[in-house]
Amino acid sequence: MVRQGRCVMPQNNTVQLSQSGGEQAFLFSSGLLAPDSPVPKDLRSPQGTVLADRYNIYRNNVTVGLINAVASIFPAVQRITGPDFFRAMARFYIRAKPPSSPLLFEYGRDFAEFIEAYEYAQTMPWLPDVARIERAWLDAYYAADADGLDPARLAAIPQERVGLIRFTMHPATRIVRSLHPAVSIFSQNRADGEVLPVDDRPEDALITRSGNQVQVRLLDSGAAEFLVALSDGAHLQDAAQVGLSLNPDLDLARLIAVMLEANVFSSLEMDHIDD
Amino acid sequence: MSKASISTVLLAGAITSALSTLAIAGPLTKAEADAAVAAKKEKCFGVSLKGQNDCAAGPGTTCQGSSTKDFQGNAWKFVQGGTCTSLQLPGDRKGSLTPLTRDT
Repeated sequence: MVRQGRCVMPQNNTVQLSQSGGEQAFLFSSGLLAPDSPVPKDLRSPQGTVLADRYNIYRNNVTVGLINAVASIFPAVQRITGPDFFRAMARFYIRAKPPSSPLLFEYGRDFAEFIEAYEYAQTMPWLPDVARIERAWLDAYYAADADGLDPARLAAIPQERVGLIRFTMHPATRIVRSLHPAVSIFSQNRADGEVLPVDDRPEDALITRSGNQVQVRLLDSGAAEFLVALSDGAHLQDAAQVGLSLNPDLDLARLIAVMLEANVFSSLEMDHIDD
Repeated sequence: MSKASISTVLLAGAITSALSTLAIAGPLTKAEADAAVAAKKEKCFGVSLKGQNDCAAGPGTTCQGSSTKDFQGNAWKFVQGGTCTSLQLPGDRKGSLTPLTRDT
């Protein structure tokens, strides 16, 4: 006889639970991120085995798995701090802020805030912003698919009407603003390579996706405000005014070219005031 | 139109110029471009991160778990092994990164 599709697991080799359903799961998981808590009541293990040892295996796996997930999301942060520092910090993080979603790629949205408050990271005031860029990178990576704006659509707008264009942002587009040179530090540490001195200045990051490729760009001064205004639904002329008022040297032509190249927008619309 | 103090001519000129230079616009630095390219990966949907959906104890085991033991004691062993100390920022406080426990 051939057994079809059956997974045989010896009864005496499993941890026994006396509750059922969700209660079981809750009992089992309640102590997984609390290393000092006792083994949940009502867990049973086979005779001759030490229940705590067996439960600790799960505890360890959950901790290691979550720390590895955080490390995967924030490789630049890990390269900056070194793995020992990073894993210690991540361990505190996962216990303070365990995942609220079963989708691990959504984890770590509050990691930057955690780093901001983390005692031992206070000497690296730019580290939270590097983490924000990395989290935005993953958000952009998993954002919904959409076609980028075809430059021909922009070219087709009558010149006297361009001020009234409104853009729709691509779902992947993100802006991270920093008072520190977070973009330079991110780009030097996201991959292997030499780390060079960086200018101490505020830097804004533009994170976009073209196809499946996430790109991070450094924005000129005033460009972030320009983009945020567009994202809020402002007309192009008003957004340009915002950017130029903050940085009179803002090169609008270059900025618009970069926006198109970077796939910042997915579409545009015109307000038909006179039609 | 009176509301806008930026002229339509200027804006139209910027757009025309942008469209004509589109081919040469790109990521601003080579490092950023490299970072983006290095990070290029196949898109993978699922409940886990890329490569994180296997057992944390490693391939070939049945999640025995102890193969990657994460010692609690590590929490206090802060060796600065990253690039933090290589980064040099001009200025005082942001620039002088104090290693937490480091003797070299």
